[in-house]
Amino acid sequence: MKRLISDTLVIAERNLVRLPRAPDLLLAFTVQPIMFVLLFRYVFGGAINTHGIPYVEFLIPGIIVQNIAFGGFVTALGLNEDVHKGLIDRFRSLPMARPAVLAGRTFSDIVTNLLSITVLTITGLIIGFSFRDTTALHVVAGVGLLLLFGYAFSWVFALVGLLVSSPESANSFGFIAVFPLTFISSAFVPVNTMPTVLRDFANVNPFTIIVDAMRHLWIGGPAGNSVWGAVVWPFVIIAIFAPLAVRRYRRAAGG
Amino acid sequence: MPIVVPGAYCLAVATPLPADRSATSGASDDELAISVRGLFKSYGDVQALDGVDLDVRRGTVLGLLGPNGAGKTTVVRVLATLLKPDAGTARVTGLDVVRDAAKLRERIGLAGQYAAVDENLTGLENLTMVGRLYGMPRRLAKARGRELLDRFDLDEAANRPVKTYSGGMRRRLDLADALVAKPPVLFLDEPTTGLDPRSRLSLWETIEGLVADGTTVLLTTQYLDEADRLADTIAVIDHGKVIAEGTSDELKDRVGGERLEVRLDDGADVEAAVRALAAMSDERPIAEDGLVKLSVRQRRGSIVEAVRRLHESGVGVDDLAIRRPTLDDVFLTLTGHVAEEAPATEEDAA
Repeated sequence: MKRLISDTLVIAERNLVRLPRAPDLLLAFTVQPIMFVLLFRYVFGGAINTHGIPYVEFLIPGIIVQNIAFGGFVTALGLNEDVHKGLIDRFRSLPMARPAVLAGRTFSDIVTNLLSITVLTITGLIIGFSFRDTTALHVVAGVGLLLLFGYAFSWVFALVGLLVSSPESANSFGFIAVFPLTFISSAFVPVNTMPTVLRDFANVNPFTIIVDAMRHLWIGGPAGNSVWGAVVWPFVIIAIFAPLAVRRYRRAAGG
Repeated sequence: MPIVVPGAYCLAVATPLPADRSATSGASDDELAISVRGLFKSYGDVQALDGVDLDVRRGTVLGLLGPNGAGKTTVVRVLATLLKPDAGTARVTGLDVVRDAAKLRERIGLAGQYAAVDENLTGLENLTMVGRLYGMPRRLAKARGRELLDRFDLDEAANRPVKTYSGGMRRRLDLADALVAKPPVLFLDEPTTGLDPRSRLSLWETIEGLVADGTTVLLTTQYLDEADRLADTIAVIDHGKVIAEGTSDELKDRVGGERLEVRLDDGADVEAAVRALAAMSDERPIAEDGLVKLSVRQRRGSIVEAVRRLHESGVGVDDLAIRRPTLDDVFLTLTGHVAEEAPATEEDAA
C-alpha cells in the first residue's frame, strides 16, 4: 500500500512536470475556457432568460462543471501516448505497484482541474460573477464537489484513452459523446425552455444534477435534486469506469 | 560442433556448448541466467511461439536472430513478464516469469526498439523517475541517474527535454533506463534498428562494456553482423521456432563463409589473378566476365592480402569487396526457403 501511494505520486509528478512543456495542452486549460465564458456571457447571454438571476451568475457554475468534465482529457491523451510510445511496457517491466500508472494519471488531473477552476472563477469574478446567499464553507464544498466530479470523469477518459487508436479519436469521442451531454443540461440555459424529450433527459442528466448543486452551493439557487445526489453521481461513475479502465489497461499492456 | 538440423531444434539445448566455453559444459541450473522450455504463445490464428527452448549461461550474450514476425519480440515480452505464455516454462535467474513475476522485475532490465522514454521529461528526470519506481529514494535515484548520464555521454543533455535528443541519444537513454537498478539480466529488443552506423557502433561498445562487467544479455536482431559482433551464441528463430543454435562461426560455416569479389581492370590477366588469389581459399576461385569470386577462410585482412597479391602479380584491380553472408543466406541454407516477411501480426498484436 505504501508502495502504491509512492508510485502513484511519482507518476503524478511526472505528468505535472511535463505539462508546462506541452504548451498547447496548457492553452486548452486556460485560454480556451476563458473564450467560452466570454462568448456565453456577452454573445448568447443577453438572449437567455434566467428568471431573475443575472446570466453571469447562472453561467459560471455551469461552464466550470463543463470544463471540469473535460479535465480528464489529459488522461486520455497521456495514456494513449504512453501505450503507443512503449512507456506502458517500461512501467510494466518495473517492480512498481500495478495500478499506479492509472492512479497517478487521474490523480494529477486533480491538480490541473484545480488550476482550471481557479482560472475560470477569477475570470467570472472579473466579468461580474459574485458568490451570494452562501457561506465560505459552501463555496469550498463546491470546489470539493467539482474536484470529485472531475476525478470521476478522469476514469471515463482513462478508459477512452486506452480504447481508442489515436489521440485524434479520443478527441472525436470527447466532442461526439461528452460535449452534447454537457449542453443538454442546465449548464447554459434553464431546462424548461427545451422540448419535452430533451427536458426529460436534461432533468436526469448527471450534469444537470451537478450544476444545480453547484448553483446551490455558490449562489444560493435551488438545488433541484439534493446536493447529496450530486455527491453520489461521481462515485457511481468511478465504480463503473475505474474497473473497466483497469481491466483494459491490463489488456492494452498485453498481460 | 554440428549445427542442429531444422525441425530438431529441441536438440540444440542438449548439444554441448561451443569449444571455447566447453570447460564448464553441462551447465547446471544456477549457471543458467535464462532457461526456456517448450514455450507456446498464439495471437488468434497466429502461432507466435511454437515450442521455443533456449538456454543462456550467466554472463554471456544470446543473439536471437530472425526476420520480422519470427517471434523474437514475443520471446522478450514473455521473459520480461509483459506477456503470459500459453504453455511452457521460462525461468530467469531461477525465477519463474509467471509465478515469480513481481520479484523477477527487480532483476531485469528491458530496452526496446521504440525507445520508451518520456519525450517531455529531461534525461535526468526520466532516469530519476525510473529509479524511484524501482523503490529508490529520490536522492539516490537522482545520483544514479547522473552516474548513468555520465557513462552514456549524455551529461551535457541531462537537463534538456528528450524531444530535443537525436535517435542515438534516445536509445542510449532507453538503455540507461534499463540499467538503473543494475540488473543482472538485460533484454534488448532490436537495440540498433533504425540507428545510423555511428550511433550503432557506440551502442555496441556500450553493450560490450556491460557484458564485460558480468551482465547476461538476450538481444534480438535482424542483423547478422550485430549478432556476430555481440553474441556468444546465436539462436535463429523462424515461425516461432528455434531452427538453429550455435556460435556465429558455426552458423557461417553453414552458409559458406565470406566471399571475396574482385572486379579486374579491362584487359587484365584473369588467369594471373586466379593464380594469385588461389592460396587464400580452399576452393579454386571462379572467374567470369572479369569478376573473380572466391570464398575466403577469414574476413580479417583478406582485402589487404588480396590487393597485395594482385599488385605483386601485376594485375590491375577496378573494385574489390567482401560480401558477408546475409540473414537471407542463413535462412536459405537452414530452411531451404528465403526469409520472407511472415504475417506482420505479431508485432502489432504484441
